[in-house]
Order: sequence, then structure tokens, then C-alpha cells
Amino acid sequence: MTAALRLEDLSKTFPLGRRLFGPERPGVRAVHPISLEVAPGETLGIVGESGCGKSTLARMLVGLLEPTTGTIEIEGAALDNADPAVFGKRIQYVFQDPISSLNPRKTIRQIMDAPLKLLHGMDRAARAKRISEIFDMVSLREDFLDRYPHEFSGGQAQRIGIARALAAEARILILDEPVSALDVSVQAQVLNLLAELKAELGLTYLFISHDLAVVEAVSDRIAVLYFGSLVELGRAEDVFRAPRHPYTKLLADSAPVVGRPLTAPEARETELPDPLNPPTGCAFRARCPYATERCAKEVPRLETGGAGQAAACFHPLNGG
Amino acid sequence: MRAFLGLLARNRLALAGLIVMALVVFFALITPLLPLPDPDVTNTSNRFVPPFSEGALLGTDHLGRDLLSRLMWGTRLSLAVGFAAALIAATIGAAIGIIAGYYGGRTDNIIMRGVDMLMAFPYILLALAIVAALGPGLLNALIAVAAVNIPFFARNIRGITVGIANKEFVDAARLSGMSDARIILTEILPNVIPVIVIAMSTTVGWMILETAGLSFLGLGSQPPQADLGSMLGEARSALITNPHTSIVPGMMILVIVMAINLLGDGVRDALDPRLKSGALNRPLPATLVARDRKPVEPKREGILTLTDLETQFRVKDRVYRAVGGVTLGVRPGECLGIIGESGSGKSVTALSVMGLVASPPGIVTGGSVHLEGEDLIGAPYRRLRTLRGRKVAYIFQDPLATLHPLYRIGDQLIEAISAHRAISGAEGRAKAIELLEAVRIPNAASRIDNYPHELSGGMRQRVGIAMALANDPEVIIADEPTTALDVTVQAQILSLLDDLRRERGLAIVFITHDFGVVGQLCDRVAVMYAGRIVEEGPTRDILDTPRHPYTARLMACVPELGGGRRRLEAIPGLPPAVNDLPPGCAFAERCTRVQPDCRKGDIALEPSGARAVRCLHPVPEQEAAE
Amino acid sequence: MTRYILRRLLSAIPVLLGISVIVFAIMAMIPGDPATAILGSYATPENVAALNEDLGLDKPLVQQYFIWLGNMLQGDFGRSFALNRPVLDEVLERFNATLVLAGTSFVFCSVLGIMAGVVSAANQYGAADKAITFVVLLGISIPSFFLGMMMILTFAVNLRWFPASGMWPIYGDRDIWALLDHLVMPAFALSVVATGVIARLSRSAMLEVLRQDFIRTARAKGVPERGVIWRHALRAAMVSIIPVLGIQAGFVLSGAVYIEVVFQWPGIGRMLVDAILRRDILLVQGGVVIVAACYVFFNIVVDVAQSLLDPRIKT
Repeated sequence: MTAALRLEDLSKTFPLGRRLFGPERPGVRAVHPISLEVAPGETLGIVGESGCGKSTLARMLVGLLEPTTGTIEIEGAALDNADPAVFGKRIQYVFQDPISSLNPRKTIRQIMDAPLKLLHGMDRAARAKRISEIFDMVSLREDFLDRYPHEFSGGQAQRIGIARALAAEARILILDEPVSALDVSVQAQVLNLLAELKAELGLTYLFISHDLAVVEAVSDRIAVLYFGSLVELGRAEDVFRAPRHPYTKLLADSAPVVGRPLTAPEARETELPDPLNPPTGCAFRARCPYATERCAKEVPRLETGGAGQAAACFHPLNGG
Repeated sequence: MRAFLGLLARNRLALAGLIVMALVVFFALITPLLPLPDPDVTNTSNRFVPPFSEGALLGTDHLGRDLLSRLMWGTRLSLAVGFAAALIAATIGAAIGIIAGYYGGRTDNIIMRGVDMLMAFPYILLALAIVAALGPGLLNALIAVAAVNIPFFARNIRGITVGIANKEFVDAARLSGMSDARIILTEILPNVIPVIVIAMSTTVGWMILETAGLSFLGLGSQPPQADLGSMLGEARSALITNPHTSIVPGMMILVIVMAINLLGDGVRDALDPRLKSGALNRPLPATLVARDRKPVEPKREGILTLTDLETQFRVKDRVYRAVGGVTLGVRPGECLGIIGESGSGKSVTALSVMGLVASPPGIVTGGSVHLEGEDLIGAPYRRLRTLRGRKVAYIFQDPLATLHPLYRIGDQLIEAISAHRAISGAEGRAKAIELLEAVRIPNAASRIDNYPHELSGGMRQRVGIAMALANDPEVIIADEPTTALDVTVQAQILSLLDDLRRERGLAIVFITHDFGVVGQLCDRVAVMYAGRIVEEGPTRDILDTPRHPYTARLMACVPELGGGRRRLEAIPGLPPAVNDLPPGCAFAERCTRVQPDCRKGDIALEPSGARAVRCLHPVPEQEAAE
Repeated sequence: MTRYILRRLLSAIPVLLGISVIVFAIMAMIPGDPATAILGSYATPENVAALNEDLGLDKPLVQQYFIWLGNMLQGDFGRSFALNRPVLDEVLERFNATLVLAGTSFVFCSVLGIMAGVVSAANQYGAADKAITFVVLLGISIPSFFLGMMMILTFAVNLRWFPASGMWPIYGDRDIWALLDHLVMPAFALSVVATGVIARLSRSAMLEVLRQDFIRTARAKGVPERGVIWRHALRAAMVSIIPVLGIQAGFVLSGAVYIEVVFQWPGIGRMLVDAILRRDILLVQGGVVIVAACYVFFNIVVDVAQSLLDPRIKT
């Protein structure tokens, strides 16, 4: 079966601007080459802390950023030009901040019309019919259509954002922290809606979040990013229960869980590496209790272990 | 549009400006129809007739021309030129600014270099050079004034456009298949137009002044045609002998420009959304207090107690009951958690304690806050200030925004001490290093000279904690101190706070929306909903057997790590707006256990043992334990 | 820091070149030729042609530009035909007078404007705020040349407190007191608009800063309100006030043209207006380039001040 989404060595380096004198500066590597496959109908969760490159990755996938290297394939066909309109019909994006993803000076109808008209060339009647179908799916009332974005709560605005993404009829949705701006009670509503839509429409999701519990609750598989690299990839129920990469273990141990005593999971006070001056070898080694000399010399590659759980580590944990 | 005019009308000064301007424009328009003498016909035998003379209401000038007629024709000309210059400058400047701001990169670079080049001239040099090249004349003065103002518009609009072009809705438009031209026209432009209108309305007056200035110098309108500036210029030689010929056109310019400025300010205020929400108000040193009832005696034990505390936000004619009667107490060495969603009033409760709620629009309208027996609500600012940071210290959410960006962290720490007692430089520095070490910042002695932006988020929050510890306070109020941090950093900060409170016997009030954090850190917890506490008690008990349906439902809809893939029990609907609370239980609308009596009358926070719950039909204990 | 200053100075070179190109281009647009303007309309074509060759005006524009630029770099700005003296001498002498006037005004409007803005913001909607706002509105609405004329009428003619015009007394000592006596009125008239603009901006910058989180932090620490306003808020507000001071310096310099005309101040503004009316092109060119160059350097000083104030600016 062809993968819904296939990335091959996708990476992004941001140039730092030229210097007046001297050699060109190397640039900041936001995403190191990543190769991934997402099966049709799957939800792949992507977790990582701020600065790990997850948003950069997402923006490349929908053509909002041009990759430095690598290719993107959707349902077997390569996407090689960075025209968002070409991407738009095949892969769509749901934004983190629902309010700022809606133009404050347009009505909801105008916002919904744009993809239908521009991507699918529908006439007015067809658009009205389609919009009412979509609004029905995301449980929004049609009398919202003539209102402006500021009249909506975060949860409603996010439903509108999802409705807009559905209007493009793409089969893959990139969900970039779709619930982190929402309150927990509303967050659950939106997560449930996403699950229903997926079952109904056979969508494929890439779900990006910093919230481990949320990602675990919605994903089939989870990819863990650290400092722009994919460090672990495995089934959702295993990744945090039995992590193989020490960073994943640190993440899992850090998440506040009722009943677990409060101890700092790291003995030392540590910080993320400096992207302007990246470390050699494994980026995590300075924080890693198992680091050896080899970790400072070589960059570990992602390797699949026993239970089909891949980790980029020279000293993976058994994951008991 | 209607709302806009309404706002404008409410601003009395702007309205005055509008009326004056309407009159001036009206008379300027009908000037050709009025039975006025020809403004350019000279009559030297009749020169310098004083004002209010027969046949010449405002007198005549040095060539015997009727001043009233010249004034009206001159006003007509000055207005036309000023508006034309503003329109031209705004249109061209905005177009340049939008293109530079939207496309960015090299386009932006080249355009803005050019703009900077033009702005490197004091504007009049450029205007003079243009007039010198084109020759004196009103049209050339107009071109010069418009040209020198283009860079200002371009730079201003570019800045706004960059901000809008980076908004997510522009990305969304791209993904909807819009071309660049379409995005500029339908997404960017509608959001930039208010700014263009504001910039124009605040610069029209300036443009009129500038063209008048060039005419005054003899570089604008040429005789015999007169605008206000050249009238003033011609009158200057007779300033001492016949001042009225100067005063008449001078006052006219003043009146017009002032009216336009008043109107322009009104337009700006009406179009600026921040002004509507009162976001541009200056917060007073301490929250206003308007208690109509007598102060209440404490109902709870503890070093810090809140009793029936009520805080409201009054915006225009709306009243938001952010805190609707909160009663709490925290004992020394105890950590009390306050948990709730956004808008539940948990932060406002915390800020009310030391009068830090932004005011206006915040007002404490009832209840009391006792610190070691002393009522702080209504205490004079001087008293409050000496307690702030010394007895009760705060830790805030976003450590980048809460530290002063321009002072070294060491200086900010020392200031926290010196605000309460005199301290020498060396002693302050030593103490600051000691504090940084207490919060486990590595290399404290060198970090002390860093600026906040040089530290990571976690390190900044440690500085925030160090600052709170500076005077060994009795109580620390932590308002979502880890919400902006990554999960691994959060774990470090939480364990630090836990250690500190055990070492120092601190009372901590910890505000959060995260049950996991409460479960790990807090001894007792209070759950807030729509400005009131709905359930309170020892953390273990509440988490194990939540009695209030809201607590139970809220916990159920938060996924917990290790639970695997699952459907979440969402709570339907939204919390009520606190300016329109229903009678009875605020949660009734979303509750599955709701009965008719829930919607009638006030429901008390009913204590039972160490716990209390504000519910007529709480979840039975058996069911809750499941 | 030294490196930053050096870098800013280096970056001024292209700006200065750009300025010279713009000035040259504008002057090249002048219809007719300067030779006719110099010799008058009765000159014979031969005389005009000869003078054009003398001035190098028969060469292609690009070449003319480089000749002009080369001469300028050697300090030769040409001769003013109307005054019959080197442009540079005239410009420097006049510019001195302008600097005295504009410099005084600038210092005055910066200090007063910022203080008024801070007081206004700290007492938002209070009596002081309303009074300041009204005075400021009046200040930015009154044409400076009209204000100057009214001041002459009131304080020089009627009250006889100050001399009506000029920089020095016609008879008597040219000491600092005589200068101050002549300086008070024009400097005040010149600073009114800029004071108003700076006060308005300082007020809104202060209001913007006062609702920032770090102000709440300062209050939560127990910092007295005076310290909150003047130490915490003003310091942060200065980051947005200082660039405006740079722009306002340009406006003060510009406004000086009117004030110099009204008060007969022997400054460069009056010289430029006269030169334009006489079509003394070389004098206009030289004057504009020199003043613009000084303004560019002033803006570098502003940038350096900004970088000293704000550690977040990379130096």
C-alpha cells in the first residue's frame, strides 16, 4: 500500500545572513534530515519541546516553507514545487492559535468560500451546499456564517479552522498544536471532533503537540523530536511506557502525574544546546546519564529495535 | 461604521473638531457662490482698512484687497492642497509599504534602503531641493510636501504589514489557494486600511502646515493668488503697523489645524480596538477598592486568609464579576492549589491580595484579605507597598515578560531588597549571588550580570523565584509559574519550589490549570469556576473522590499519561460569561446531574469535614471513587 | 561597542553617496541652465556656452556627477555666484548659527517633552494630563512662523522684553548674554511643535509600558511608585522615544528655516531660501549636502545611544 505521506531526508536550514567580510555563516539547522512514512488513516503524533523543530517541519509539509533538502510524497506522488495552492488540495493545516488564523475583517462565510472557490472552482450554490455539509460535520450552526471571528470563543474558532481545512478536501491534515490554546474542557471537545471526522472521512493526521498525554491519547504512532532530530519513533502505547531513547524517558518522567512523588528527573540543572553553536555527535549527550565518548563523536542514526520501536541512540534503554 | 460614528460622537473634543471642520469645509465649498469682492483686485487707496469697517468685515491688506474674501479663497486653496498632499503621500507611501512588508527579503531591503535614504534628509531640505528644481509654485509645493511625506507613510505601513503578513490567517489564505495579489488585496489591505486612515487623519493638519510654510517662504502659491501661508508671508512686513493682516490668516491656520488634529485623534481612538477595551489605561499603583459593606472577619485559619473577596472589572456599562466571593486560607508551610480554567477568576483572586489587579478597570468590591490579622483591602498604598515582596511575594507566569528587559538580573534582585531596607552595593551583590545559588542557577556569580534575554526560560523563572525569596516572605503566590515552560523544565522548577517551601516553611498559593501539578505539589486544593470556589479540600481527597460534578468532569476530560489511546469525556458547552451569570449554579447549563432547584438562588459552599462543596446534588462518594 | 560604532560609520558611506545622488539628480532636473540664470536673460549664446564649458555643464550627467563628487571630497563645493564666495565658507558660517538655534531648541523640547509625557501618562485622565494634552494640542497645531510673529508682536514690540530679530546686537558686545537675549524667542518658537510631538509620543509610550508585566513585577516587589514610573517605565519607554528624538531633530532643523526667516536669524535655512529664490544652484546643492550629512551623523549618535540603552540590540 502506498503511504499517505512520505518524507525523505527532509531538512531545513535557516540562513543567518551574509557577513560583510569573512566566510559565509553556516546557518541554523532547525530540522535535521528526517525520513518518515505515515500510512493512510493513521494518526502520527509528533512531540517535542519548544525549539525542537516541530513547527518548522509542519510548515514545510504544507508548502509554507521551502525545505533545504529532501522530498515530500503524498499518496505516491511527489510534491516538488512550493506552491501552497498545489499543496492545499492534498494536505491541509490546522493552526495553533484559532483566533489569529481567521482574518478579523472577513465573515466566516468569506473565509469558508476561499478554498471552495479557488481550489475547487465551485459556484455560489455549490459552495453554500458544501459549507452547510461541512458545518454540519463539525457541529457548527449555519447562522455563524455571517459573523466575524472576534465573536467566537477559542473552541468555536478552532472548529471553524477545522471546517476550513476540510473544505479543501485534502485527505491529510497537519494539526499543529490544535488544542494547546484551548481550555481543557474545550480541548476534549475538539479532540473528540477530530477523532470523529477521521473515522468518518478516512483522514490521515499528523498531530503535533508538546503535551505528551494528549498526543498519547490521539495517536497510533508517536515520533519524538529533540533539537531538530527524530530521536524515537514507535507505537503510541509503548513510547512513553517503555521508552528506548533516554530523552523520551526524561520527557515521560517529567510529565506531572497525580500520585507520582515530586522529584527532579534530572540531577543537574540543564539547558537545551545552543542552535548557533550546535554540539558534535548526539545533541542530547550533555543531559544524558548514559553518554559515552562515542556519543560525542558520531551522530546516532535512527535504528529499529526489538518491538518495532526505533530510537536514535547508541545506548538505548531496554524499555523493560 | 455606525459604531465608529457613535464612538466619534461620544468623544466631545473630536465632535467639536468635526463641527468646526464641517463648517470650514462647507464655507470653502460655497465660497464661489458668495457675494464676495474679487480677492485679487487691488485698491491701494483703500489699504490697511481695520477690521469691522464698512464694506470690509475683516479689513483690507497692504494692497487694499478685501481680507475676508482672500481668507475664504485662501482657506479653500490651503485645504485642497493639504488634503491632496495627504492623499497622494498616503496612497503612494502605503503601496510601497505594503509591497515591502509583504514580500520581505530582497524587495523589502531595496525599498527600505531607498526610504531610509530619503529619511536621512531633514524633510525640509528635500522639499526645498524639489521646489528649487521645479521652481516656486503651489503645485510644486504640493508635490514637494507629498514627496517628503511618502517615506514616513511607507515605513509606518511596512511595519504594520510585516506584522499582519506573519499572522496565521495569511498562511491559511495561501493554503486556500490565494495568489499573492489576492492576499494583498483581500487579506492584508482590509487590515491595513484603518492604520492608513489613522496616519492620514493625524497628518493632514501637518501637511496643511507644511504647504502653508512653503507659501509663507514665498516658495508656494505665487501672487496674486493667495493661500493662507502666502497671506501670512505677505503680511509679515506690516506685522508691527497692521497686525490684523497677519492675525487673520494665522488664526485661520491654527483653527483649521487644531480642528483636524482633534478630529484625527478622535478617528484614531475610534479605530483603535485597544482603546475600546480599556487596554490602554494606566494601571494605578494599587487596585481601587469600593466596599459598600463592612469588612468581614476571617472565616478560615491561616497566615493569609481571604474572606468573601469580590473583584469586578467595570468596562463601560458592563460589570464582569471576575471574583464572586472567594473564601480561602493558607497556613505557614502549606501549599494551597487554586485550579480552574481561563476566566475562572483564579489569577484575579491571587492578584487582589496585594492590590495588583490592573485598575481601572479592576475594583475590589467586597470582602477582606487578612495577612497576620491585618486587613489589606482598603489599606493605604504606603502600607501595601511595604508588605509587597516583604511579606507576600509573587511569581508570575511568563518569565520573559515579567522581568525588566533592560536591567541586569542582579540589579533587579538587589532592587527587590533595597525597596524594603537600605543595603550597600557589595552586600547587595553578595546577597543576590546567594539568592541565585538558592534557586540552583549554575555559575551564579557570573550569571548575575546577565540580562533576562540572555537566559533560557527555565533560568529566567528561577530568577523570578529568587526575586520572590529576596526578603524571606511569609507567603508566596505563584500564578501559573510553569505554564510557559517545557515539561522537562517544569519538572525542575516544581521540585525546586517544593524543596524551598520545606526548607523555609513558606506558605504557597499555587495557581494552575493542571491537575497533575496540583497532585504533585499541593496539600490542599480549591477548584474555581466562574469566579467562585466550587469545591475545596485536601488534594488527595479531591482527586480521589471529586464531589462537585464540575471537578469530576474536568478531571475526566484531561488525558493522563499512560492511559493509552482513548476517547475523552468532554464537557459540552462553554463556561458562562462572568458579566451575565445565571442565577443559582453557574455550571448547571453543562451539568448532567442538574435539577430544577440548581437554577434557583444562591448555593452555599457546604463544608463537610476538611472538605467543602458548592453543590445541591454532589456526586455520591461511591460513584466518585471510581 | 567600538566595533558597532565603526560598523555604523561604515554603513553611513552608502547613505551619504545616496544623498549626493538624490541631490544631484534633483538639481539636474532644473529646466534651463544655470549659466543663463547667472548671466541673466540678456546674455549672448556665446557667453552662455562659454560659461557652461567653464562649469563643466557640457559634459554627460554621470561625468558631471563624479566631477562634483570628487570636488566635494576635496572640500571644494564651488563658488556661490550671487555671494561670490566659496560655498563651503558660507555654508559653515551659516550652519553654525543654525546649530546654536536648533541645538538649544532640541535640548529644550526633548527634556520638556519627555517630562510632560511622563507626568501626563502617570496621571492619565487627571487634571495634569488634561492640561498637558490641551497645551500639547495647541502646540502642534500652531504654525511656528505665526507663533514667532505673534511673539515678536507681544514680547519685542509691545513689552520690549527681547530684541525682535537677529542673532547679535547691532551695537554692543557679542557676549553670551547678548546671544541668550536674542536666542530665547526663536528657540522657544522653534521648539513648540517638537515638544508637543515628543510629549504625545512619550505619553503613549509610557502608557504602553505601564501595562506590561514587568511593571506589575516591580510593584509586586514593593518598589515605590516613583521608582516604578521614572526608573522602570521610563527606561523601557525610552527605547521607543529615542528613535523619535532622532526624527524630531530633523523636524527641528527643518522648522529652523521658518524661524530664521521670521526672526532674521543668520542661519542656513534663510540662506537656502534666498539661494533658491536667486537660483544659486551650487549654494543650494552644497548647503543641502552638508546639512544632510550632519543629520546622518546625528542619527548614528542616536543609534549608538539606543544600543547603550537596550542590551537586546546586538552590537
